[in-house]
Amino acid sequence: MASTEEIRSGLAEIVNEITGVPADDVQMEKSFTDDLDIDSLSMIEVVVAAEEKFGVKIPEDEVQNLATVSDAVSYIEKAGS
Amino acid sequence: MGILDGKRILVTGVLTEASFAFHAAKLAQNEGATVVLTGFGRMSLVERVANRLPKPAPVLELDVQNDEHLDTLAGRVREEVDGLDGVVHSIAFAPQSALGGAFLDTSFEDVSTAVHVSAYSLKSLTMATLPLMPDGGSVVGMDFDAQVAWSGYDWMGVAKAGLESTARYLAKYLGERRIRVNLVSAGPVKTMAARSIPGFDEFESAWDTRAPLGWDLNDPEPAARGVVALLSDWFPKTTGEIVHVDGGFHAIGA
Ligand SMILES: NC(=O)c1ccc[n+]([C@@H]2O[C@H](COP(=O)([O-])OP(=O)(O)OC[C@H]3O[C@@H](n4cnc5c(N)ncnc54)[C@H](O)[C@@H]3O)[C@@H](O)[C@H]2O)c1
Repeated sequence: MASTEEIRSGLAEIVNEITGVPADDVQMEKSFTDDLDIDSLSMIEVVVAAEEKFGVKIPEDEVQNLATVSDAVSYIEKAGS
Repeated sequence: MGILDGKRILVTGVLTEASFAFHAAKLAQNEGATVVLTGFGRMSLVERVANRLPKPAPVLELDVQNDEHLDTLAGRVREEVDGLDGVVHSIAFAPQSALGGAFLDTSFEDVSTAVHVSAYSLKSLTMATLPLMPDGGSVVGMDFDAQVAWSGYDWMGVAKAGLESTARYLAKYLGERRIRVNLVSAGPVKTMAARSIPGFDEFESAWDTRAPLGWDLNDPEPAARGVVALLSDWFPKTTGEIVHVDGGFHAIGA
């Protein structure tokens, strides 16, 4: 299983690829909507890509609970363990 | 043997894995059909989701408000398959001002967008694909019961009434070309489209108490099965019909 930092940087790459937000901005405390300006459909796409990259399943219903980068990272950590 | 063996089906409206269209495409493939998808706006998302189908399916871009997309659709579909036996219309949109209780204040511009994308497009899509169905075909659209008023559904409800009527007129005008046009009136399912309807959660308790067969808001498959049945040869003389796949909700008073 990947380390917390590996998941964060992997997620940052995905966010960058899908939304163009610089990967360095995707830090743990950042809010996807308020800080990174990611809309709900881009967020769904990030999640779909993350499911494939990390081999986890994130239900669509769960996506609205992933407010910050750290929320997403810990969800992926838990789902993968 | 599947009930769609050898059929070529165009499926619009895949957005996420929850989309009715995703499940219709998946079941159609499992029943033997060759599926071509169209997507709108977020093409990279649609392509990622399309990759999760049992078999890879090409994705063509289609905005039903874009005449060029519509005019070129038949040619683009023909690059993938040599014709069509069926078309799934699973498209709806209304601006936020047209949903959620501001019914009395919605501008006509916003109403017209809702009707253009959600009702008139059944006609545009059917006509755009007609050249691909010289021997007839089955067109299936997705409805939400428009005979009553729903809280928050507002002008989308008006658009659905338009969709129901459009399906009947298409059935009338295209019957001689052996084109069947039917709708599946589905119970509520938590898709992206549904999430944009304020108060959508209220439907959950309504269906819980009234649907004799019960209903699962997280399961798009029953309605998708209805779509596949209507695409098949097992409704040969059915057109202009609305098949309810809603757990029986529509048949029950209180
Ligand atoms: N979810 C429900 O509770 C429910 C119930 C009954 C009927 N329906 C109907 O099912 C159909 C599919 O919706 P869904 O619930 O699967 O949600 P969805 O959000 O997955 O699908 C809606 C689709 O409409 C497409 N769309 C919007 N504007 C478009 C345009 N201009 N051109 C082309 N495509 C466009 C979107 O890209 C998306 O793929 C809709 O007609 C909807 O009204 C939904």
